[in-house]
Amino acid sequence: MPVPVILGQLTLGLVNGSFYALLSLGLAVIFGLMGVVNFAHGAFYTLGAFAALLGLQYLGINYWLALLLAPLAVGLLGVLVERLLLRHLYGLDPLYGLLLTFGLALIVEGSLHQVFGATGQSYPVPESLGGAINLHFMFLPRYRAWVILASVVVCFSTWFVIERTRLGATLRAATENAPLLQAFGVNVPLLVAASYGGGVALAALAGVLASPVVLVNSHMGTELVIVVFAVVVIGGMGSILGSIVSGLVLGLVEGFTKVIYPEASNIVVFVIMALVLIVRPAGLFGRE
Amino acid sequence: MRLSRWTIALCAVGLIAARPYVARAAGDQVVIGDIDDMSGVYADVEGAGGVEAVNMAIADFGGTVLGKKITVLTADHQNKPDIGASKFREWADQQGLNLLLGGSNTGVNIAMAKVAAAKKVPFITIGAGGASLTNEDCTAYSVHYVYDTTALANGTATAMINAGGKSWFYLTADYAFGTQLQNAASKVVEVHGGKNVGAVRVPLGAADFSSFLLQAQASGAQVLGLANAGTDFSNSLKAANEFGITRTMKPAALLVFITDIHSLGLKTAQGLYLTDGWYWDLNDETRAFAKRFFAKMNRQPTMDHAGAYSAVLTWLKAVKAAGTTDPDKVMAQLKKDKINDMFAKGGYIRADGAMIHEMYVMQVKTPQESRYPWDYYKLIRKMSGEEAFGPITGVCPLAPK
Repeated sequence: MPVPVILGQLTLGLVNGSFYALLSLGLAVIFGLMGVVNFAHGAFYTLGAFAALLGLQYLGINYWLALLLAPLAVGLLGVLVERLLLRHLYGLDPLYGLLLTFGLALIVEGSLHQVFGATGQSYPVPESLGGAINLHFMFLPRYRAWVILASVVVCFSTWFVIERTRLGATLRAATENAPLLQAFGVNVPLLVAASYGGGVALAALAGVLASPVVLVNSHMGTELVIVVFAVVVIGGMGSILGSIVSGLVLGLVEGFTKVIYPEASNIVVFVIMALVLIVRPAGLFGRE
Repeated sequence: MRLSRWTIALCAVGLIAARPYVARAAGDQVVIGDIDDMSGVYADVEGAGGVEAVNMAIADFGGTVLGKKITVLTADHQNKPDIGASKFREWADQQGLNLLLGGSNTGVNIAMAKVAAAKKVPFITIGAGGASLTNEDCTAYSVHYVYDTTALANGTATAMINAGGKSWFYLTADYAFGTQLQNAASKVVEVHGGKNVGAVRVPLGAADFSSFLLQAQASGAQVLGLANAGTDFSNSLKAANEFGITRTMKPAALLVFITDIHSLGLKTAQGLYLTDGWYWDLNDETRAFAKRFFAKMNRQPTMDHAGAYSAVLTWLKAVKAAGTTDPDKVMAQLKKDKINDMFAKGGYIRADGAMIHEMYVMQVKTPQESRYPWDYYKLIRKMSGEEAFGPITGVCPLAPK
């Protein structure tokens, strides 16, 4: 295989890996801090993309503002979901949370399908990110380069906040021993609601980032979220750093598969998941 | 224990007693079924709009045939062959089904054709494209009405070669339809002295096409053959534009519906060659149908919507002419009649089940050329039915060469 081809596929793999990393990060935050397996994650990603699209069509909100507002709006919706529905299921088998969020995902997707149909709509690439950069081995559209940059910055700042700051320490304490933390005067329910909202906002952010790349339609999240779950399992359920690193790495692996044996490109992640589960059941970065 | 045994026995009696009643009820009416993708990726191509078109046809026919009321059953096959086949079987056994319309998805339609043969129910494929439906998978009760992979390839591939695109690389959806489409196009390219450089098989519903597109570009071929459909087609063309691949390669869309162009926008789709079985803006008759359809569905009809309307009318006319819903007599009548309506002029159903009618090679307009909403295509060339669908291949035992 010629070197330019390898470099080209590496770059594209990194773009896809960026989406995986952002989405699996949100899932890992929610699972790590709350123990909820959030099957509605794909639906929130789709909602993020639709929020950007409708904001542009009806309110004239541009891409950069949407990047801020759409995750905020969807994150608030997440807080509502946590306060009204999810919180009643704490202390029960995690299966209940999974079923609830799965049901939510079906409702969201079904409603979007009903209103907007199946074919999807185009979101224009913002003017300032149009065109391509000549990397000599390939032409990389500026927008895709921006996706990599944005994702890496967001992922590592989230990791930093949770693992290295006082706020993050409080969040982690809430998961370890909530009653004790509450005894110190910390509002634990608020913290939990905020972390669900935060995780969901990350999914919405990925949705906004994806909207100029793919057609915005009601199915876009369903297809992606299954792969992302495999990414989280490989990285180790609840491991923040694990989800980021395995997201990026699996994007690269998938990119190579697309050249070597394209027919297998949509199952390679699952094959790796099976292998990892056999060798290290807690995932690559998980604690046993 | 004793009680439960009694309950079971009672239930069994109830079931046996109910059967003749259902069959009798079905005898007072004529039943048309429509099994299609109602909620998935192909739902906009036919789906609910197809049901609307069927109802329009029945209303235009007067709502009754042979003095019996016409009823419509619909089901969602969810793109799963087993669901489509078992629903068809159920309606044939219990509802007295007289005609089934097969919606999108070649795989599901192949499964349903087998049921049509076993249950002797006329089966008209509308939305699916695989030409195998009138070749290795043909039955005495099948009709393939709107378009097939052979006609698509003959239209688009020939147009591309005439425009100078001699060497081809394919992006192929990795299932029955994609492979049949690629094979059909490859044959046309070879016949015209072109060259098939290579192909990459892309899993259905891939999230990102850029990697496959770079492989296509690296092949050095002049034409990018898109042997896929729906969202896969739209996303691959969008990415081809973004990566500047359309500057060095000409994209050839082997199956496009007007809904795809609507969602992509003319800026991305302009200049694209495609083959269509029907277009809403062809003449006054098509525009009149489109206007009525638009009033109900708030979008322009695809060729499948128009085809569903025409197929139901054609079948009802055949039933009226034959004076019976007997499947063999109606099939014989169908293969005798000429089809003249807003969908087809002088169309006819061949022995292998292919409905032979004109097809249209179109080019997508530029944003400047488009003057009103949904003004998307300009007609490049009309193909006669014989040219589009080609000669009988002899693969179907009903139609020897």
